[in-house]
Amino acid sequence: MFAELSELLGDSVERPQQGKLTLLGATKTDASFLVHHFLSFYLKAGCKVCFVAFLQSFSHYNIVAQKLGLGLTTAKERGQLVFLEGLKVARDVLFSKRQESAEPHPFQFISGDGSNLRGLHDFVRTALSPAVGGDSWKCPVLIVDDLSVLLSLGVKPTDVLDFVHYCRVTVNSLLKGNAVVMVRGSDDSEDEENELLAKALRYQSSRILWAEGLATGFCKDVHGQLTIVCRSSWEEKAERELQQVYQYKIQDRNVSFFARGMSVAVL
Amino acid sequence: MAALATGELTPSERVPTSFQRKVPGGGGSRLAILPGTRPSVRHGQLLLSSGLPSLDCVLGGGLAVGTLLLIEEDTYGIYSSLLFKHFLAEGIVCGHNLFIASAKEEPADILKELPSPFLNTSVSAMEEEEAAMKGKQESMKIAWRYQNIQTLEVTQNTSSKFGHYFDLSKPLASELIQNIGCHGFFLSEETALCPDMNSCNMASGYSRLLHSIQKVIYQEGFDGSIPQKAQRNILRIGIQSLGSVLWGDDICCNENPQNIHSLTRFLYVLRGLLRTSLSACIITIPSHLIQNKAIMERVTNLSDTVVGLESFIGSERETNPLYKDYHGLIHIRQIPRLNSFNCNVSDMKDLAFRLRRKLFVIERLHLPPDLSDTVSRTSKQDLAESTKLLSSGCSAMAIGKKHLDF
Repeated sequence: MFAELSELLGDSVERPQQGKLTLLGATKTDASFLVHHFLSFYLKAGCKVCFVAFLQSFSHYNIVAQKLGLGLTTAKERGQLVFLEGLKVARDVLFSKRQESAEPHPFQFISGDGSNLRGLHDFVRTALSPAVGGDSWKCPVLIVDDLSVLLSLGVKPTDVLDFVHYCRVTVNSLLKGNAVVMVRGSDDSEDEENELLAKALRYQSSRILWAEGLATGFCKDVHGQLTIVCRSSWEEKAERELQQVYQYKIQDRNVSFFARGMSVAVL
Repeated sequence: MAALATGELTPSERVPTSFQRKVPGGGGSRLAILPGTRPSVRHGQLLLSSGLPSLDCVLGGGLAVGTLLLIEEDTYGIYSSLLFKHFLAEGIVCGHNLFIASAKEEPADILKELPSPFLNTSVSAMEEEEAAMKGKQESMKIAWRYQNIQTLEVTQNTSSKFGHYFDLSKPLASELIQNIGCHGFFLSEETALCPDMNSCNMASGYSRLLHSIQKVIYQEGFDGSIPQKAQRNILRIGIQSLGSVLWGDDICCNENPQNIHSLTRFLYVLRGLLRTSLSACIITIPSHLIQNKAIMERVTNLSDTVVGLESFIGSERETNPLYKDYHGLIHIRQIPRLNSFNCNVSDMKDLAFRLRRKLFVIERLHLPPDLSDTVSRTSKQDLAESTKLLSSGCSAMAIGKKHLDF
């Protein structure tokens, strides 16, 4: 978790906001550091987290989390984190001998038999719904790393949007928790389905963090530009600006944010 | 006394002293003993050489085990196939196992065309072979030794070195190839067999290839998740011209192909397979033939390292004196972020490749040196004059005419 970023967003570990959908986006750059931020932030805040990772393996996220001072393995053992590793599950679905189990597999859609994301949603719901005995975790959180991968796997954009909608109903409204989803997209992209997805998600989300590479190309000291759009209710609006733009530099264990053109290298 | 004894012991049995050095591969990780690999300083992952030390350097030290290198082919596929062969040849020299998949050529034929390594290690000696006559005796001895010794010995001798230079003019010795575990996948041969093929709505060629790779990984013990006692090795997977028409895919002929998702789905599952196994994969893909650019964007996102080649053959740059030292440009499109949220991007962005008489190298692109007036080289003078013409603009029309008037 990057303290600077949570300060910019006005989040605090003691009292995380509830019922919000946060959209993370990336244009021509890699914004995975945002995912790592939110994962470690919510784990530190004591929320119950369900992390659906399509892009990378568990060990990758675990090692990065260790750099940020968190052990995902222990969080998993304590029952705080439910981790679905897409790469592994997809492989298992394809190469397993087909045993017809009663409940649909969360990754059944990858086999291309026309099934939708209902299995995945059921997985999220059971993972996040409070246990019968009652556990001590704060609000539940769903984190999805890169919804755009679903499109590559042959899921229709409307199905992805349905999935997000159902997750919002379950997580945001019923369980009073948060959802963080990530997409990629750019203005000059020819991937129309992905653009549709990104646009629809921008419309729904209450907070958008969009990272872009610099328009002028690669720079050693400024890795990109982060636009934060907070859609707050009207009484809060007076306090804060709606849209903030910062530039960032990714360091080994931290990301530093600064106002545009205020990089240490420039000054 | 104790220090002498430690030389014979395996690292794990080493006598604990207060002055122990942290040796890579000495402590916890058993993987680092694998030939032809070295652990990355940055993210702790094992690295393999791509077969071109200059490319390794650009990619941050090499390819990590369990990742995918995607090569976007140049227009005629000449230089991409060179990269492909270097990757496989490096595997043979290091004693790795190979898996070669192609729809165009027989894997056995590809093996025959692999370049042979320069076994004398210094690059400068290799560049000026004639000058390095005094070292000839030793290098001859080394070469002679390699021919007679068992392959195991060869791998141990060469494994200390990471990344070799290859001589394109000589084919790899067939004795080296014979001792390597090699699996071939030739699509038109495979079409006869294979049972349930519609398991995943992909073009059938991809599905067959996946099952074949999965079988090799699990049966030959490259699976990283199952602990094994036996000697482990690296599997190098090479897939040639993936996505071309020969694979039974229509993304090259149609803007809205029937199975638009089959290539991306294949890549996703392949990546899942690679991540948990001791293997690395190189794929060449004819990206300029793929009609729907959205597919290429998705393919890039699903692979780890992406390198694009752009050759000058047939383009006007071929005759441009500015590029006369090079055969094409190389674009590093993507470098993976492994075990960190920070990737090591090199400062060099303008890279070019060049095919010398024997050697394929990637260099930093630079303009030819500016020649002084005393040097008389015709092409340079022409160039200089034409730039003078350009800069003088409209007022110099009369002078310009003089040049055009013949």
